[in-house]
Amino acid sequence: MVNQPQFSFPWTRRYRLALLVLAILLPTTLLLGAGIGAYKIAPLEIPAILLKGEGVEYQVLTALRFPRVLGAALVGALLAMAGAVLQGLFRNPLVDPGLIGVSSGAALGAALFIVLVPGSASLEAYALPVWAFLGGLLATQALWWIARTPFGTQVAILLLAGIALNSLVGAAIGLLISASTDQQLRSLTFWTLGGFSGVTWRLLLAGLPFALLALCLLLPLARGLNALTLGEREAFHLGVDANALKRQAVLGSALGVGTAVAMAGGVGFIGLVAPHLFRLVAGPDHRYLLPGSALLGSVLAVLADLLARTLVAPAELPVGILTALLGGPFFLYLVMRFKKEVYRA
Amino acid sequence: MLEAHNLGYRVGGRWLLKGLHLSIAPGEVLGILGPNGSGKTTLLRLLAGEIPLSEGEILLEGRPLAVYRPSALARTRAVLSQLQEMGFPFTAYEVAFLGRLPHLEGRREKTEDHAKTLRYLERVQALPLKERLLPTLSGGERMRVEMARLLNQEAKLYLLDEPTNHLDPRYAMDLLQLFRSLAQEGAGVVAVLHDLNLACRFADRLLLLKGGRMVAQGRPEEVLQPNLLQEAYEVAFQAWEDPSGTRVILPLTATRG
Repeated sequence: MVNQPQFSFPWTRRYRLALLVLAILLPTTLLLGAGIGAYKIAPLEIPAILLKGEGVEYQVLTALRFPRVLGAALVGALLAMAGAVLQGLFRNPLVDPGLIGVSSGAALGAALFIVLVPGSASLEAYALPVWAFLGGLLATQALWWIARTPFGTQVAILLLAGIALNSLVGAAIGLLISASTDQQLRSLTFWTLGGFSGVTWRLLLAGLPFALLALCLLLPLARGLNALTLGEREAFHLGVDANALKRQAVLGSALGVGTAVAMAGGVGFIGLVAPHLFRLVAGPDHRYLLPGSALLGSVLAVLADLLARTLVAPAELPVGILTALLGGPFFLYLVMRFKKEVYRA
Repeated sequence: MLEAHNLGYRVGGRWLLKGLHLSIAPGEVLGILGPNGSGKTTLLRLLAGEIPLSEGEILLEGRPLAVYRPSALARTRAVLSQLQEMGFPFTAYEVAFLGRLPHLEGRREKTEDHAKTLRYLERVQALPLKERLLPTLSGGERMRVEMARLLNQEAKLYLLDEPTNHLDPRYAMDLLQLFRSLAQEGAGVVAVLHDLNLACRFADRLLLLKGGRMVAQGRPEEVLQPNLLQEAYEVAFQAWEDPSGTRVILPLTATRG
């Protein structure tokens, strides 16, 4: 009999250590994000201020900083976990909800709602995630059909379909903009740029059930996704119902991305970068990768938002620009590595 | 353990397999032979429950294949398909552990599951590889890890698709030996094979296919006859016996001059 073999393996320790570090890192960044800004509050004094429950600092924290920082964390977690699941489903590390057009689909769903449903403002917080989810769902399903071949999904086709989907959605949103009123236009512009400045408690609470549902759909997929790395047929041989797995993955990631887009618009690359960094420091086991990516995505999104509102203070950069500045080169690096592996060049 | 009656599989109006009967008893090794495109792999995929039958019936342990849920199927039969590249670089241990998956339904993994994984890795002499990443393994090493994964399923029936492909003679013999000993322990084994002589030594019975139809089925000496083989492969064969009395089969090569 072997004594507790699972603890003697260094890679399991590495997974656990990575999760632990992230679990400590997240509250730290949340405090930093809540403290730093136009009105400075020492992060370590935040608990005391909350306990006191009054004063300007309390107002700034509860009315402005907390919804924004928590919203960023939630959006980051959703995008990163959806990215990790989609990468596992398509068996390819170059997949990102933004690149393959899932985010665009969600954005189009939301834009359609803003422009086409009159008097939508009162319902916006609740209905927006639903429409964004439906848009994301359609996009993900379409991608699955397009990219599937008898030899599995082909990443080239997937990325090309993403380009087509992204430009189609761009055109459709352009059309909607020309047909929109001033009020609607303001909503739409905020969305296409992406950012956390619009996150209120109301929006956050409305998105929370959707987010939790997405997490509940995505987290149990870990074992099946592990089997899927061997191949679709091999996963079936191991007892994985591939169709059920696919359905749940598509539904869950569309819901996650839809909720994220409804709260913050198009924030790119977090879904690509977070799973990659986690695989780099810990490994590819989805049982650790899914929660790890979510934590890491939260940290990244909160930090990106922090930079976006402090770098050019008192003005503010759209956070999508920052994540693109970070993620663009990262994606290029991945492409170069992919080239090296495939063509040995 | 496995019975197949009047199997047929049709794609777009063309029958890839038709009118096949076969059965495997516990402890038995069935070899499937035939030229390229004769439907060997398709037959294996049908037996694995991967693709639906167009005609006929397959009974696994007395129950139709179609009533099994995927996880129940995976506890009863294990499949070794043609190896392909992994989506993400797992370690050899993680791959072998995936074989436990059908037994982990609705529960957390226990120490016992890991102990079994280690035991099976040891049985196929792959224990020293356990921390290596799968893409860094040689073909033979990779095959051992896959075998540990199969053993981890603790199935009663093993379906193997050209398991000795790309293996040098030592690894090929190790692999066949392992499945022989599993058969001795009561498992059934179905293997698609290309090497006629290996099939002759390894299998209890052989099934020879051509164009999705059976040419012959029976004991190796009955099936591996030059006239039957010529009918299937459209090449002339010569047979003789080695000193131990086992048949040796070779295709006749075109002679120079």
